[in-house]
Parts: sequence; structure tokens; C-alpha cells
Amino acid sequence: MSFDLGLVIEYFPRLLSGAGLTVELIAISSLVGICIAVPVGLMRVSASPTLRNLSLAYVFFFRGTPLLIQIFLVYYGLSQFEAVRNSVLWPFLRQPYWCAIVAFALNTGAYTAEILRGAMQAVPRGEIEAARAFGMSTALLFRRVILPRAVRIGWPAYGNEVIFMIKGSALASTITLLDLTGMARTIIAKTYAPVEIFLAAGLIYLAIVFVLTRAFRRIEARLNRYLLHESA
Amino acid sequence: MRKIAIALAASLALAGPALAADKVRIGTEGAYPPFNQIDASGKLIGFDIDIANALCAEMKVTCEFVTQDWDGIIPGLLAKKYDAIIASMSITDERKQKVDFTDRYYSNSLSFIRKKGASIEQANLKGKTLGAQRATIAAEHIEKMYGKNVDVKLYDTQENAFLDLEAGRIDVMVVDFGVGYNWLNSDAGKGFEFFGKNADVGDHIGIAIRKGDKELADKFNAAIKAIRASGVYSKINAKYFPFDIY
Repeated sequence: MSFDLGLVIEYFPRLLSGAGLTVELIAISSLVGICIAVPVGLMRVSASPTLRNLSLAYVFFFRGTPLLIQIFLVYYGLSQFEAVRNSVLWPFLRQPYWCAIVAFALNTGAYTAEILRGAMQAVPRGEIEAARAFGMSTALLFRRVILPRAVRIGWPAYGNEVIFMIKGSALASTITLLDLTGMARTIIAKTYAPVEIFLAAGLIYLAIVFVLTRAFRRIEARLNRYLLHESA
Repeated sequence: MRKIAIALAASLALAGPALAADKVRIGTEGAYPPFNQIDASGKLIGFDIDIANALCAEMKVTCEFVTQDWDGIIPGLLAKKYDAIIASMSITDERKQKVDFTDRYYSNSLSFIRKKGASIEQANLKGKTLGAQRATIAAEHIEKMYGKNVDVKLYDTQENAFLDLEAGRIDVMVVDFGVGYNWLNSDAGKGFEFFGKNADVGDHIGIAIRKGDKELADKFNAAIKAIRASGVYSKINAKYFPFDIY
């Protein structure tokens, strides 16, 4: 088995364009995922049993089933219904791009909501009581104390979640998208060189994750810099 | 201890080649009806499987089937996960650089499928969405013939491609004629039809084996001839298609 470096160089630009799509999918679904996670996370700690159970059901489903199944349900499942195909959503759901974003966002939304819930519950009681003693309303308490503290507490776990999502995004290739993995598989279909191409694709994933972990660590340091001042 | 070791070595030396000759491991996809598919009970069935069993019976060896996703099927052969691929694989020049092929065991042309009554012709495919399975001659044909003028969607399995044709995500399916014929005759294919002329790309379907494995190739070729002559082949052919596909 010989290693053909020329092949890697020849197809590298196409792999990079696939990586571009991977990054785009992750960026958009993370943003949408956060928009889902904040309300769901708040519902999870709400006093109302209805809200709590609704959010629990959502989180339970999306954490309890494989991402591949979720993608297939959105992409191949929804399209089986005439009603969906005739609806205003079809121009979006027709495209694998939006189906992938819907599935990824719902999935990461569930995990992020749980991270947020855990972080909110980890906010020291004393701080909450102090805020109460100042006469803060519940809304203000969440905005000024609980949520900002929870973001700091949950940030490292969220970094992990985004990394998991990058790896999960390889499943976009199963619904015809030419993300990094999809591009690699299409190139291999032509060249029959899985070792070279998958290795190159793996290195690109590694580079993406490397940059991302650095960025997350920078932000973490920034979020917690007030702690450094105190100890210094 | 030493005696045991010698006895073991001797028995291995005897058993090794004998085993290798008695059993042929065959890689197939199991997702390409009616040629190879997995039925409800988990058994491999289809034209390729029947042919493989007939060939193995003719060669007096046992067939052992290994299922493998299509886009990894040649790498799997090269990695010695099995000794031969009987999975409706077209004999192409690109593949010949990596593997050897036996003589053909059937012939194929590429068919075009559209929604019944759709105003799509082969002459005006520009701007349409064409679908095919990844790593097939259909996918290759689309790229070669229509290239950038059409939108191409490639699928992991032919079954998924058909699901998207039903859903209306693709306008035209380019697919092996036998597979298209089978699908159009199924419930799912009711609202669809062949159109235009089949593309005859001189497509012959053979058994892929590792390069230089001439002994196995010769055996398969002799067996293909034998089942053609004995009528076993036409019986299998008739089980799936009312026309001769050799």
C-alpha cells in the first residue's frame, strides 16, 4: 500500500471547500441552537409543571436518540407527508442544507439547554439571596445574576458540545451534502484512495477543532477575568 | 510442548490452503434491489446473490457473503475483507486500475426516470436536479455528459435516492435499467416513468477480484460459462426479468 501525496495535494482545495460548508453548518446551527436553549433551559427550572414537562420531553427525545436518526427523520421522514410537501416550509425543507441545520440546531439546542440548566442550578444560593435582599424582581435576578453566572459556569461544557457537533456534522454527508466528509467520500468514489483522503479530511477536522478550542479558552479567560483580579 | 507446537504448525499448514480453496468470501452491498438486498428476515436475496450461489455451486466451494456499503466496497476488497465483489459492479477503466474483473455476468444500460407526464426531456435537462447513487457509473455519466449544467445530488444508497425522487427533491433519476425497471413496477414507483433513450455506455457487469488473483478469476469465468450453458443462468434471469439481461 503506497501513500499518494500528490492525490492529497490535488484534491485539497475541494476538501477545503467541503470544510467551509462544515463550518457554515456548525456556525448557523449553534446560533439557532442557543436561541432554542435559552428559553428551554429557563423552562427546565420553571415553577410551572407544564413548562417543565414540555421542555423535559424535548430534551429527552433529542438527547435520547441518535443524531443520524434525527437527520433522517427531518430529511426523509418529513418529505413523506403530502401536507409537508404542500406547505410553505417545503422550499426550505426541500433542501438538504436547511434539513441539516434544523436537525443539528434541535439536537444541540437540547444539549445546550441541559448545560444551561445545570449551570443555573449551580449558581451559589448566597448570590441569589443577596440579589433578593436588594429587592430584585425575578426577571431582573435572572438577567443580572443567574444567567451571567450560569454562562460562566457552563462555558467549558458548552465548548465540549460544539466540538461534539463538529464531529456530528459529518452525518450531513448522508443527506447528499458535500460537507468535509461528503466531499471526502465523493473524492474517494473516484480515486479509491480512502487512506489518503480520509487522513487529509481528518487533519482538517483537527485544525478546525484546534482553532475552536483556542477561541473558547480565550473567551473563558475573558469571562472569568474578574476572578483573576480578585486573587491577584 | 515442542511436540504440540510442531503438530499445530503441521495442522495449520495442512488446513490453511484447504480452507482457502473451500470458501470464497463475497462482498456485496445488500441495498440494490432486485440485484442484492436484505429481506425482512435479514437474509441476502437478489439476482447477484442467486448468481453467486450458482457460481459457487459450480465451483464446488462455499460462498460466504459479507455486506459492505457501496462507496467502501472496493477499499474493502483491497483490504482483504472478502475475495470477490458480486454486487452489480460495472467494469470500468478507472476501477480496472485498482482491481481485476472477470468476464461479464450481465449487461446494463442507464435509464432515465421522471414523474409521469413531467415535461422533461433528455434534450432540456439544463437547470434540472439529477440524482444518482454515489460512486456509480450513473453518477459518472451525469458528470461527464451534463457536468455543470445540471444540479447533481448523490446518495449513499439507491433506496435513499428513490425516496428523494418520490419526495420531489430531484427531477430526474439516472439509474441502472434493471433497478429502475424493478422500482417502477413496485408500489413506490407507480407515479413515475422511463423517458428518452437509455444511455448505452457499453456497461458490462463483472465480478471484481484483487489484482493478480488469476486463479480465482479463471474459476469464476469457467463457472459463468458453465451456468450459461446449463440453463441455470436463464432460470435465474427469468425469476427477475422477462427479458434477457446477459
